[in-house]
Amino acid sequence: MNSIFEPVIGLEVHVQLNTATKIFCGCSTAFGATPNSQTCPVCLGLPGALPVLNRQVVENAITAGLATNCQIAPRSIFARKNYFYPDLPKGYQISQYELPICEHGWLDIETDNGGKRIGITRIHMEEDAGKLLHAEESEGGSSLVDLNRACTPLLEIVSEPDMRSSDEAVAYLKKLHQIVVYLGITDGNMEEGSFRCDANVSVRPHGQEKFGTRAELKNINSFRFVKEAIEYEIDRQIELIEDGGKVVQETRLFNADTGITRSMRGKEEAHDYRYFPDPDLLPLNVDSDWIERVRGELPELPAAKRQRYQEQLGLSDYDAEVLAAERPMAEYFERCTALHDNPKACANWTMGEVQRGLNEQSISIGECPVTPELLTGLIARIDDNTISNKIAKQVFDQIWQTGKSADVIIEEQGLKQVTDTGAIEALVDEVIAANPAQVEQFRAGQEKVLGFFVGQVMKASKGKANPQMVNELLRNKLKG
Amino acid sequence: MKLTREQAAQVAKLARLDLPEAELSKLATQMDAILAYVDKLNELDTDGIEPMSHAVPMDNAFREDQIKPSIGLERALKNAPAAKDDCFQVPKVIE
Amino acid sequence: MELTDLNLQQLQEQLAQGSVSSVDATRAYLDRITATNDNYNTYITVCEAEALAMAEAADKRISAGDAAPLTGIPLAVKDIFNTEGVKTTAGSRILGDFVSPYDATAVARLKQQGAVLLGKLNMDEFAMGSSNENSAYGPAKNPWDTERVPGGSSGGSAACVAARQAVATLGTDTGGSIRQPASHCGVVGLKPTYGRVSRYGVIAYASSLDQVGPVARTVSDCALLLQGVAGYDTADSTSVDRPVEDYLADLQGGVKGMRIGLPQEYFIDGLDPEVQQAVEKAIETYRGLGAEIVPVNLPHTDYAVACYYLIATAEASSNLARYEGVRFGRRVDNGKGLIEMFCSSRAEGFGPEVKRRIMLGTYALSSGYYDAYYLKAQKVRTLIRQDFNNAFDQVDLLLTPVAPTPAFKLGEKVNDPLQMYLSDIFTIPLNLAGTCGMSVPCGLTGEKLPVGMQLIGKPFAEATLLRAAYAYEQAGEWQQLRPE
Repeated sequence: MNSIFEPVIGLEVHVQLNTATKIFCGCSTAFGATPNSQTCPVCLGLPGALPVLNRQVVENAITAGLATNCQIAPRSIFARKNYFYPDLPKGYQISQYELPICEHGWLDIETDNGGKRIGITRIHMEEDAGKLLHAEESEGGSSLVDLNRACTPLLEIVSEPDMRSSDEAVAYLKKLHQIVVYLGITDGNMEEGSFRCDANVSVRPHGQEKFGTRAELKNINSFRFVKEAIEYEIDRQIELIEDGGKVVQETRLFNADTGITRSMRGKEEAHDYRYFPDPDLLPLNVDSDWIERVRGELPELPAAKRQRYQEQLGLSDYDAEVLAAERPMAEYFERCTALHDNPKACANWTMGEVQRGLNEQSISIGECPVTPELLTGLIARIDDNTISNKIAKQVFDQIWQTGKSADVIIEEQGLKQVTDTGAIEALVDEVIAANPAQVEQFRAGQEKVLGFFVGQVMKASKGKANPQMVNELLRNKLKG
Repeated sequence: MKLTREQAAQVAKLARLDLPEAELSKLATQMDAILAYVDKLNELDTDGIEPMSHAVPMDNAFREDQIKPSIGLERALKNAPAAKDDCFQVPKVIE
Repeated sequence: MELTDLNLQQLQEQLAQGSVSSVDATRAYLDRITATNDNYNTYITVCEAEALAMAEAADKRISAGDAAPLTGIPLAVKDIFNTEGVKTTAGSRILGDFVSPYDATAVARLKQQGAVLLGKLNMDEFAMGSSNENSAYGPAKNPWDTERVPGGSSGGSAACVAARQAVATLGTDTGGSIRQPASHCGVVGLKPTYGRVSRYGVIAYASSLDQVGPVARTVSDCALLLQGVAGYDTADSTSVDRPVEDYLADLQGGVKGMRIGLPQEYFIDGLDPEVQQAVEKAIETYRGLGAEIVPVNLPHTDYAVACYYLIATAEASSNLARYEGVRFGRRVDNGKGLIEMFCSSRAEGFGPEVKRRIMLGTYALSSGYYDAYYLKAQKVRTLIRQDFNNAFDQVDLLLTPVAPTPAFKLGEKVNDPLQMYLSDIFTIPLNLAGTCGMSVPCGLTGEKLPVGMQLIGKPFAEATLLRAAYAYEQAGEWQQLRPE
């Protein structure tokens, strides 16, 4: 942290929505298809084609706005942003400009110095551009245009310049990512470009109110790169100013290989986007009924879940955070607690054996062969002393492999805990008789030897004896 | 003079029109005359008047999120001046 | 009498009776086009084989008793409509050999009804013009006097009907592009209310002003063709979800008691005396038919042309950005890189008027000028619409001239764009207001040039408009005017 300069950071995040179709036409948004195979007159920008708004995109925008504490505009309009680029079929991008759908929101993040509220200026809907591929090998060089992605729906989420370090920027970004993924409106896949970040970075002397000149960093597609790019840029600007130079307002491209940002001069001419209301699209009116319906359908968000897990289910802060972090995990856990009233055990098993199994096989919780029904069937047998924790772990592995219920496995393999006093007593007697030396040690005051006897009895019972009963009987008998 | 030749040149650049000098000068003169004419709008006081961007006052036209068949690769590329590897081909884009 | 002399209604009857086949009618039109197209230059593309195939299919449909109102009727459309598998040029070089992969909704509706599509009609490039002289394919000629313009931008659509090269046609009207050429060619042309006919697949000039409409020989024909294309379309967000009236049902209802307004601002000094006379005679006819004639005011009329040329050009500058030679159309690549390719393709592909309007529109939207030009014009547009709303509180219809003069000579106005723009003064305000209007022949000048009057209706009052036009047509002596 520089003692003279303070960084000022604002983020613009593009979230690709996971609707089935594009924002203004019925073409599929599926990733990875043959180039230009998912196109039609509208997204190809053919003469005469017209856009029609996908209702689900509006629904998702309202959802995102409500989850980030925004005000939903009763009336918003689509505008054309005019510029020429080969991946932009119509020569303009349909976006929102003067009247976006969401404004004045915020997110709370946690920093080393406690909680901090980051303002969200606006969220607007827009269409994505196509993809440019560079055919290096061809003679003279040329670029190739794939328009499958053109016209896919994006939300642009613009923060206030409220962040003062790269860590805060990353914390905000992670929080935002968690929320939009939680809402189920995006897959959040950063590598495939479903969650993209541009950062506006400037520096100013501590205490100065006026912002410094900012640079816009483009194309940062991982949390780590966001941190690296911002830190590089902060250092660059401070160094520049300290050397008597001046920061110029410009767009800079982050190169993940070198960790350096470089100016995009050359491509950068003075832009004049000539925004104006798109005459092909009608104003959008969102009434309070619509807003309230969406609000009613909002899922419980991670922060609220985390709090509830602690307060109502008695989980530790750590457990609550881990379980609430991702929606599928939280839903798995909550299904378990609904089936069997032992949140702590459900939490331990979900975070323990279930997570271990998922990690080993690199599968998602949705694909977990041990369903909440199977898992809670197992926990119930521990709780009613049918099996021990140790046996339960074996049973879990078998449930995972066979998909059979705990009860079936316990029955088939005779794993039911032995609780018959007579049977355990016989085993205890056998073990005591076979180990006179250890009996002497115990009686001489070496309490530790008790563990040895317990182990021997459990072994003899093939793990099925109730450990508590074994303990009690041994103590009584060894005392003589 | 509402519009100089230099301004016209800047507009041509924005509009991606490569205009030879003679054409540009002529256009600048014609645009200047038209702009002088449209200046008459300033005779009207439009304070508090809502701008009209649609001819018919309506709102909310939607489509449902249901996939419609695309037109297919062949038809998409049929009119392309240049195509390669299922893509539209253009002179190299320098970033 | 030749087959091409039958109007739409007459041909419809003959097809239904089986006295004429669609193939015969289609052949007759194709022959006539072959014989006369060099004179009039109305068709950019003639779809001979396709038309005959459609006619055969139509004949089968008719004999199977499955005919729709337009089944088997040989029609043609302005080359601004996308037509699947057929060259679509918008009168421009920049679209080159563009063969559209899809049909405009209006075209699809004609096809569904089994209409026969004879071909694609000449027009001012991207519908920008009032004389058809801005076509990259040479101007269409006025069949009344081939030294004169047919009007524009749907010059081909109007000339084609006047020259009996199609039963009726479709055009588009952004600032008068149906009504003015209809007037100059002595045929009936109707611009519906904005949103009445789908714009999907119609190459955009100015999206908030463009509207599709019919050009025909008679008012009834006009009503029939409008009936065939009007109606809500989910592919056009600006089309209106409102039932389409039966335009023929009330056609003979007459004008008795109808209040017809005469906007005082439309009867001005620059009006050609012969045009004025013809229109005044039409007013007297209406009076005689029992209509009440009332003077009204549209006080912002004088600002309409300025307002229009800012809004239309601004929208056009954006609508025409897609012509850059990447996905379709003409590409000029001199090897100097991408931006050069864009700039050269556009500079060589667009004609002078289109470039002029793109430049004007780009300027009107550009940073620092948006409020002064574009936004100002949008506000004035509100005032102009209010004028019409106020007038329609008092009257059912307005009656005006269509154009200040009859058809002018080819070349007469090409060098003065502003003068050309000003000739659209009577037609432009409707597009700004979004309401409907039509041009009905109401006389011939001493030089045997047709004159049209304009009837203007309330939004979505096309039926009233047609009823009034029909009453005049039946009463007047200008029924089915045709050039020598």
